[in-house]
Amino acid sequence: MIKAVMVMNTQGKTRLAKFYEYLPVEKQQELIRGVFAVLCSRAENVSNFIDAESIFGLDSRLVYKHFATLYFVFVFDSSENELAVLDLIQVFVETLDRCFKNVCELDVVFNYSKVHTILDVMIFGGQVVETSSSEIMKAVEEISKLEAASNSIALIPKSASGWRSR
Amino acid sequence: MSGPSLMDSLFQRSLEDLIKGLRQQLIGEQAFISKSLEEIRKEIKSTDLSTKSTALLKLSYLSNLHFQDMSFAAFPALEVLSSPRFSHKKIAYHAISLSFHDSTPVLLLITNHLRKDLNSTNEFEVSLSLQCLSRIANVDLARDLTPEVFALLSSNKLYVRKRAVAVVLRVFEKYPDSVRVCFKRLVENLENSDPQVLSAVVGVFSELACKDARSYLPLAPEFYKILVDSKNNWISIKVLKIFSKLAPLEPRLAKRVVEPICDLMRDTGAKSLLFECIRTVVTSLSEYESAVRLAVGKVREFLEDEDPNLKYLGLQALRIVAEKHLWAVSENKEVVIKSLSDADPNIKVESLRLVMAMVSEHNVSEISRVLVNYAIKSDPVFCNEILGSILSTCSRNLYEIIVDFDWYVSLLGEMSRIPHCQMGDEIENQLIDIGLRVKDVRPELVRVARDLLIDPALLGNSFLHGVLSAAAWASGEYVEFSRNPLELMEALLQPRTSLLPPPIRAIYIQSAFKVLVFCLHTCFMRGKSIAPSASLDNLPAGVSASASYESFDDFSVENGADAAVVHGQTCASAPITKESIVNILNLVEFALGPLLGSHDVEVQERARNLLGFVDLTKPEILTSSIHGKRDSEGKRVETSKIIKLMHDAFSKELGPVSLSAQGKVSLPDGLVLKENLGDLEMVCGDIEPPSSNSFSFGSPFEEEKDGLSFSNLQIKEDNEQSNESTSLLAAHRKRHGLYYLSSGKSEMISNDYPPANDHMSQGDINDNADDLVKLTAESLIPKRKPKHGKPRPVVVKLDEVDEKPVAMKQPESRDDSLSGAVRDVLFGSEDIPPTSSQSNLSNSSKRKGKEKQHTYPHIESKESAAGDGNSSSRRRKDRSQGKERRRRSPRKNDEERKDADQKEKKKSSGRHKSRQRAEEPLKVPAQTPVIPDFLL
Repeated sequence: MIKAVMVMNTQGKTRLAKFYEYLPVEKQQELIRGVFAVLCSRAENVSNFIDAESIFGLDSRLVYKHFATLYFVFVFDSSENELAVLDLIQVFVETLDRCFKNVCELDVVFNYSKVHTILDVMIFGGQVVETSSSEIMKAVEEISKLEAASNSIALIPKSASGWRSR
Repeated sequence: MSGPSLMDSLFQRSLEDLIKGLRQQLIGEQAFISKSLEEIRKEIKSTDLSTKSTALLKLSYLSNLHFQDMSFAAFPALEVLSSPRFSHKKIAYHAISLSFHDSTPVLLLITNHLRKDLNSTNEFEVSLSLQCLSRIANVDLARDLTPEVFALLSSNKLYVRKRAVAVVLRVFEKYPDSVRVCFKRLVENLENSDPQVLSAVVGVFSELACKDARSYLPLAPEFYKILVDSKNNWISIKVLKIFSKLAPLEPRLAKRVVEPICDLMRDTGAKSLLFECIRTVVTSLSEYESAVRLAVGKVREFLEDEDPNLKYLGLQALRIVAEKHLWAVSENKEVVIKSLSDADPNIKVESLRLVMAMVSEHNVSEISRVLVNYAIKSDPVFCNEILGSILSTCSRNLYEIIVDFDWYVSLLGEMSRIPHCQMGDEIENQLIDIGLRVKDVRPELVRVARDLLIDPALLGNSFLHGVLSAAAWASGEYVEFSRNPLELMEALLQPRTSLLPPPIRAIYIQSAFKVLVFCLHTCFMRGKSIAPSASLDNLPAGVSASASYESFDDFSVENGADAAVVHGQTCASAPITKESIVNILNLVEFALGPLLGSHDVEVQERARNLLGFVDLTKPEILTSSIHGKRDSEGKRVETSKIIKLMHDAFSKELGPVSLSAQGKVSLPDGLVLKENLGDLEMVCGDIEPPSSNSFSFGSPFEEEKDGLSFSNLQIKEDNEQSNESTSLLAAHRKRHGLYYLSSGKSEMISNDYPPANDHMSQGDINDNADDLVKLTAESLIPKRKPKHGKPRPVVVKLDEVDEKPVAMKQPESRDDSLSGAVRDVLFGSEDIPPTSSQSNLSNSSKRKGKEKQHTYPHIESKESAAGDGNSSSRRRKDRSQGKERRRRSPRKNDEERKDADQKEKKKSSGRHKSRQRAEEPLKVPAQTPVIPDFLL
């Protein structure tokens, strides 16, 4: 089970935070700070793991990947495979890249909803449900279409909008 | 409190405006956020859903990335949720997922919204609703929406179906009775040909199996099939996770899966899958030698890989193997040892753990030597990591791997001198602990302590103060083993002790007291043996311990003379002579005089004690040294009596006290412990408790030295570094010795310890890794012949204290309601009332689950009778519905009908098929019910 996904930049600013169990915002902030404190002390070209048990409690593991100015961090428990989650980060970043054409930090900053949508298509309630970048893209595009459609037909009666969104 | 006007809505900031605004704030970000929150609070009251939803989106953003509280928006979120527009719904669901939790008050109101969207024809609306459910479901939601989830489990839209499968996990967890409704359909999905759905189902089962694997053993055939057939790495990994939980429960299953897993390991190109295979083998199949060999071979490839991730995971796997197959570590020891100097801290720590796993009593000294050398060269963090693991490994189970305590004590001294060492507290504890427990090590302990104390440089390192206090205590407590007490005295009183924190300084002063008393005693006793008039033989009976020290006294004084040659520059006069005593007394007065005004009561008190003692003895020593012996004979006897009294007080041995010692004291008759003593305080509030009585030693000098000796005893006990209760217990033991069991006194026995070996001619160790590898290579070969000619010294153990509390790891979950429900479904059940009724509380199901476990063997026999006719169908070639029906007992039919009256008939074939397979294991004898025969 995946416990949390975070994206933060190299200054420690949070760019995305998703916890699959409810946590009060103060606790979220504390955890993210804890992770960043460890991340920023790590050299390049070392392994992508951090001892997460000191931050997230027993049976938690953490892998991260560093791309340009962003850290992508996944926290999970023993029912996931470390290397597979590392691949999953890769899939996530690739999808972002396809979605935004050469993704950079600003894309993530300004597309808050879309990034969440992408993540939600991939991971559902802490479980990975989609690992193919193109499938994710397909779903995300359809969702965006649906959103746009529902916004543009504000004046059309409800029954019709239901028909359109089908 | 007026709602926003149309103008507000028209000029509402969008999320993008908010983000841009935030980015322009270089310093006043917090103020900008507060301002935006104000706006949002206003906008969110708007009646226009677009305005409301934009406000909600902005609030979600601020909550998610700037950690603002958004609980006030719970109801507006529900309002937005009711919007017919997809974009609004999406925003609302996002906000709800972020902020709702079990105690959100409006949670009750969401059920119908969720139900409506679950029944929507739009797959994305359905999955938004499912997603929300997976995050916020509580008992009520899970119960109320179980029918919808059940229906979606067979949705023909894959996008929805796999999410419905995933949401089942949360629904089961919150409302175990839903298992009765959904489980069969969940199992059916195991046969789904679509890898995505299959992946979701297997994922759910691997989560479920984590909690209680045994319940899912009946599904092993399905999992086995997936393991063999799957071409998808994600699925294979999850199935391996399941098998690593199931295999330890059922040896026949382990035997069956080991081959396919080995095949996977050989064939797969994916590192993640390969690693999962390795992990499964080393954790759950470690008794299959050939599989382990193969896995270790693959681990070796990981270790030699350039990728630090693989190396790290390889080391982790190796650590798991090491528990049962130490050879695997030995085979890879070069890599392991080299990894100690890797750039990656994870890898270093992991290899350190592995090295520690290799430690045994035969190689502990060599490995520690290597590690200490690494520690010296390492960065501070890792250095302390190393030292910490040496300390914890060596002290494990009361130093069980330590044979040569002399070596270990000197290692402790050496470790505390490493520049980065921050393990002072642990070293302090161990030094004192060993001093108390291991009688034979005390001479070496005093030597190590002396080396630490005389080094003025160490006093400046605050991390070492703990070690120094232990050293000071040891050198005072066991001063009779000292080669040169005078030198110790100087070390304890050196000017730089002013750098110490007061509590430790107090220990220094108290130790100086002990050393001084010892010096005087030695000096006077020797004088007496020359002058036979002294009354050596009317020693109080209680100090038999000191009698045995007499031999040491001579020994140490002689050695003191030798030491004076070596350490001539540090000590003025090594043999204890009148002059040296006078010098020491002057030194005490000089060093402690200023401390009489110390602000720290402890320091002041102890300084006063010591100076008081000096005042008592000094005049007579001075006169006796000026005048002839005869003149002051009478006075000398007085003085020597004082000294002897003090010496006797200090020479009582302090042993460790069992935590339960108090409990072993039987309650004297007539003592009421529970009596309320509140009014007693009033009665004797102004009466001073006569403290002296309780510590009376029957000395003739009691009148004049009463307070002093009492406080000394007290201080001495405090000095033990033990907690208050321990010292109180020790005092109690002195008074009521006969009530104590003798176990704590075992250290009093046998002192036939051969003279200390010259410890470990360790030779010089070169720094390069190759030599270290070679060295450990030798050390890793278990040496059967005892290395040391002497036996392991006695380590005092106290029964209860030393027992490690055994962690109760027995999983409780087997009895929980979820497992009970799963068992009901899998093992067949007869009397389940339909779960559709909402009144069915989960605790009742729990009870039922337990009952079921007790009764199922009985059911089984009927089951098998019914199923005998078509045992050929075990191979599940025959999937016809008709046979299924015949196989099912009528009881089952009832349940089925009630249970799933809302299910469509056409589903039943597949469901029963899986059901049937689940039932088959029940034909195996009662106690090993769960494994289907065809696996064997």
